[in-house]
Amino acid sequence: MPSTLYEKLWQRHLVEDKSGETPLIFVDRHLIHEVTSPQAFANLKFHGRKVHCPERTIATMDHNISTRSADINAAGESAAHQLKTLENNCEEFGVKLYGMGHKNQGIVHVMGPELGLTLPGQVIVCGDSHTATHGAFGSLAFGIGTSEVEHVLATQTLRQNKAKTMKIDIQGKRPLGISAKDIILAVIGKVGTAGATGYVVEYCGETIRNLSMEERMTVCNMSIEFGAKAGLIAPDHTTFEYLKGKEFAPKGDTWLQAVNDWQTLTSDEDAEFDTVVTIAAQDIKPQVTWGTNPGQVTAINSVVPSPEDFSDAVERESCVNALKYMDLEPGTKITDININNVFIGSCTNSRIEDLRIAASVIKGKTVSKNVTAIVVPGSYRVKQQAEAEGLDEIFKQAGFEWRLPGCSMCLGMNDDKLVAGDRCASTSNRNFEGRQGRGSRTHLVSPAMAAAAAIAGHFVDVNQFAGA
Amino acid sequence: MEKFMTHTGKVVPLDRANVDTDQIIPKQFLQKTTRTGFAQHLFHDWRFLDDDGLQPDPSFILNEQQYQGASILLARENFGCGSSREHAPWAIQEYGFKVVVAPSFADIFYGNCINIGVLPIVLNEEAIDELFDHALQKPLELTASLETMTLNYGDKSFPFSLTEFQQYCLRNGIDSVGWTLQSQDKIDQFAASLPAWQ
Repeated sequence: MPSTLYEKLWQRHLVEDKSGETPLIFVDRHLIHEVTSPQAFANLKFHGRKVHCPERTIATMDHNISTRSADINAAGESAAHQLKTLENNCEEFGVKLYGMGHKNQGIVHVMGPELGLTLPGQVIVCGDSHTATHGAFGSLAFGIGTSEVEHVLATQTLRQNKAKTMKIDIQGKRPLGISAKDIILAVIGKVGTAGATGYVVEYCGETIRNLSMEERMTVCNMSIEFGAKAGLIAPDHTTFEYLKGKEFAPKGDTWLQAVNDWQTLTSDEDAEFDTVVTIAAQDIKPQVTWGTNPGQVTAINSVVPSPEDFSDAVERESCVNALKYMDLEPGTKITDININNVFIGSCTNSRIEDLRIAASVIKGKTVSKNVTAIVVPGSYRVKQQAEAEGLDEIFKQAGFEWRLPGCSMCLGMNDDKLVAGDRCASTSNRNFEGRQGRGSRTHLVSPAMAAAAAIAGHFVDVNQFAGA
Repeated sequence: MEKFMTHTGKVVPLDRANVDTDQIIPKQFLQKTTRTGFAQHLFHDWRFLDDDGLQPDPSFILNEQQYQGASILLARENFGCGSSREHAPWAIQEYGFKVVVAPSFADIFYGNCINIGVLPIVLNEEAIDELFDHALQKPLELTASLETMTLNYGDKSFPFSLTEFQQYCLRNGIDSVGWTLQSQDKIDQFAASLPAWQ
């Protein structure tokens, strides 16, 4: 019977499917960080249990850390306690940790792929909802809660019910100047903020095939933002080229055998999906969110919608709430919205290609006098590469702050946060109320759009942007 | 995990769709290394006017006198979306909620609830609207039963579903890790059969 990629990955990892029990699947790679693991380790200790496969578990520090200093104490006492708890747990249970200032440290979803820890055909989990990022390699990757973190640590498996399948087909060539972020925001706008709940989505079509690995990660990263369990892109030549020679990728004959196997990881031509969504790439414009969930998004050449624009009662009510929180009037041109903060970073958009494109937009220009702008590379490796290319100098000369790697202002669990009334053009993934600081307002955009907004002081179509 | 069979309690209706886990428990409270101490920060930014949580916002429904002591949270669609933080259901549970009723839940949040023994009940929109109509007028008492797999009030009874295993775990307060460790040999055999690169 023809199968989808998800069904193949599922079948490969099914350890046990007993009647009356939730199926048990094997986990190849478990990524952990300081915020969602301490209670899991504490329970292991309480029950006298071990980490079953420490070699399949990798830890890093990202959510809590300061981006101004690599000192573990720099982000405050409770953050330091959580970070030190991770250090102690990793030492006690034999888990490899890339801690403060380690050359491999980074945001967990930036670090895994760039080290070759993320490989096609794996099941990858992490106590973080943006684990879907790793699906860009054709691995089944999803976020889990702390009880599940404990379950994976103790057993290297998880109990999961099988998801439904959704194919998202982005047809044709993408227009010049349209980024992966614009593509995924347009998808979320179309499917709706909960439209893929219960589904694993597979992104297909000419546009997706022509994306780089980093662009594919941006697309898969935001799968959770429309409810999907995971997002997948079938591995291909682009995937293999990216992975070849990476530190933890297989080498020699094993590499050749692996590639042979990975080439079979595609949905069969006549495989049936439960739902199919088709989007024409040529219709996608640069995107800007106007509301308080990522589905509340529109094109740069558009206006802030009015509640009456929505026929669905829930969407109408959500629009009323969002406009109030965001302090926006219906009909306002998106290009007339002024911002006073710019954040370039997060597991969505902090990789080297993101920084290159943002730097190319601001080169030789100056950040608007009303704007505070920061750039936070996703990992120490990204930072090092950017500095080797002189990108840090371009940002600094334009008036951006060049920070140390971390999750930073994406969630503001550290000292990078906004205050009430701030309005931010952000390359992150969530525009929820208070996400970047209580009372602050977040507009999600691509790195190029964020860079252009930093210069102009308001949103502009980066494709028509000549600078200020 | 505590066993769950039947619970009767007061309902508080939170009439808002797409409530994300950042609202349920904002990030500034995620730096604890324990599973407790989160209830006081539940819905913090909506519940309190100040950052320290000393001034309750009287317009937020959880602060209304008539809903004090509620143990069933009635919510709208896509409840618990966003971050995977289990701190969200921990906060809900510690506050005193045993049951959350909504037309739909985000997947990770739903699983987290089951794993800690909070019962998530999915009902259709019509039933949810009816419950909101009643609960917004005056405090309503509901009974959720895993024996009959129904949510009841007065002579009304709404059936809900859970998988067989979810029911078993909730009813018996199963330690899911201990349960799976019974299959350890099978897991080890499976791991040994994997190709070198996996």
